[in-house]
Amino acid sequence: MAEQDWKTNRRVFAAVSLPTLFWIIVFFVVPMAIVWLYSFGENKGLTEIDISGTLDNYKRATEWLYVTIFGKSFAVAALVTLICLIVGFPVAMAITFAGEKWRPWLLLGIMLPFWTNLLVRTYALMILLGSQGYANKGLGALWEGTSWVKTLVGLQPLPTWEPVQLLFNNFAVVFGLVYVHLPFMVLPLYAALDRLDRSLIEASLDLGAGHFRTIMRIVVPLAAPGIVAGVMITLIPALGAYLTPDLMGGTDSQMIANVIERQFKKANDWPFGAALSFLLIYAMFALIAIQSMRRKVPEVG
Amino acid sequence: MALFSRSPIAPLEYSRTLWMRLWVGAVMVFLYAPLIVLMIFSFNDSKRNVVWRGFTTKYYEKALGNDQLVEALLNSLTIAALATIASLLLGAVAAVMLWRFRFPLKGAVDGTISLPIIVPEICLGVAFLMFFAAVGWPTDLVWPFNLGAITIAHITFCFPFVTMVVRSRLASFNREQEEAAKDLGASEWQVFRDVLIPHIRPALVAGALLSFTLSLDDFVITYFTSGPDTITFPVKVYSMVRFSVTPEVNAASTLLIILTVILTFIALKLQGVKAIAETH
Repeated sequence: MAEQDWKTNRRVFAAVSLPTLFWIIVFFVVPMAIVWLYSFGENKGLTEIDISGTLDNYKRATEWLYVTIFGKSFAVAALVTLICLIVGFPVAMAITFAGEKWRPWLLLGIMLPFWTNLLVRTYALMILLGSQGYANKGLGALWEGTSWVKTLVGLQPLPTWEPVQLLFNNFAVVFGLVYVHLPFMVLPLYAALDRLDRSLIEASLDLGAGHFRTIMRIVVPLAAPGIVAGVMITLIPALGAYLTPDLMGGTDSQMIANVIERQFKKANDWPFGAALSFLLIYAMFALIAIQSMRRKVPEVG
Repeated sequence: MALFSRSPIAPLEYSRTLWMRLWVGAVMVFLYAPLIVLMIFSFNDSKRNVVWRGFTTKYYEKALGNDQLVEALLNSLTIAALATIASLLLGAVAAVMLWRFRFPLKGAVDGTISLPIIVPEICLGVAFLMFFAAVGWPTDLVWPFNLGAITIAHITFCFPFVTMVVRSRLASFNREQEEAAKDLGASEWQVFRDVLIPHIRPALVAGALLSFTLSLDDFVITYFTSGPDTITFPVKVYSMVRFSVTPEVNAASTLLIILTVILTFIALKLQGVKAIAETH
């Protein structure tokens, strides 16, 4: 049955539409509009902001410093997404083809971190990666082991182990973001792979293609919508990530969200922060537009 | 045990090949090792998270004796409960609107409702900061009314998820049931209450759990909307982590992890794993 025209039942339509429209307009559209308006304003005095229609904030955002931060945020988010895809794809495959008994538990294993508090997870990772943490101890033990093996075969031993800095640098930010976002990638991948017609994979294997070739030529193209969904679900929050670069990054690993936060909490330059916020939102829209364009391509080809 | 069975591995049993098992095992270690280390060290009788110095629960006593921390946790749970209830109502109503009616500008309304999911948290946080400053939202109200601003912000980013989940459930609703109920004399409200609600109940449960965890989890948006008197648990933990690492944070975090596990198991009892996986 088709949808009902709203005029045929105005009372019910009013009952369901008024609360929704009220909320979305007052508590979402209006706040966003305020940000948009402020992005064309300038600071007058300490607390007053004059919305003068100036484009200075956007001009300032094109300064080299901010362009590099935008570029870096994109690069980090893209790298994180790529790593999540490479790490997550086999996991999603394993869950899809696991036995009935194991599948729920594997799924639960992926989902539990997804439900766990982001701050708690970041903090847990920080403990592990600290200069006295277990990651460093593990690497140190590995180093000592290699050194011992080398002396065993008569080579010079390695120099003594120095704890490496695993926290407060770019490596930590990428590592932390992968840690946080991995479940985001695995779940949509699993949802897509689960819908796959298995006889196609069997046919490919029967006709002599190897496993790798079957995955690249059959599984990946068929699961493409799910892969794209997973990539978007990982890329978008990674691009706007605040907490991980803030807590785990060093002075040179600021991402765009940290710069925005600074305009509001420290620099007290709201109009510029508003302009940066909207540039980030436009970047998201661009990503989504590219995705929807990509979706139309296979129909043509 | 499937793990040690000797039957030959069929071509599609990818999860039974050795390298796949190693890979999945490594990923699980990667996901869980930090959390397990954190939980173990919450019982460690040492100020630093390095060497094991014996079992103690004193940091739990300290965490539970920390009034600010307890208050923050209480605030977080209150906000999450309020936001969940409101998001369920609003989300379900919005889903019914989008599913049932055809109206002008429907595409735009539909898009706007799903926007809070896409817009980066930091931008939403900034928007609420500016919005509440612009309307001069009162900051000196008594508890629980002082949590109003944060709760409003949380409802805005939670209810679109409820709408999404409920809408996909409504797609499988057989409208003949609705017509049958009306033929038998049920009013619009009775149809809604006795026919539609029972059908979407699983989606409502999933939506409620999703809202509750999203609200409890949120740091960034809350960070921008909270004042000095309205600290939530993530905001409090953030300042503790930022300025001094104390074992109290381990204890408090462990309690939150346990709460998450309990909530997840309740969800499993109510829904089954597969249904929950599909809501994501």
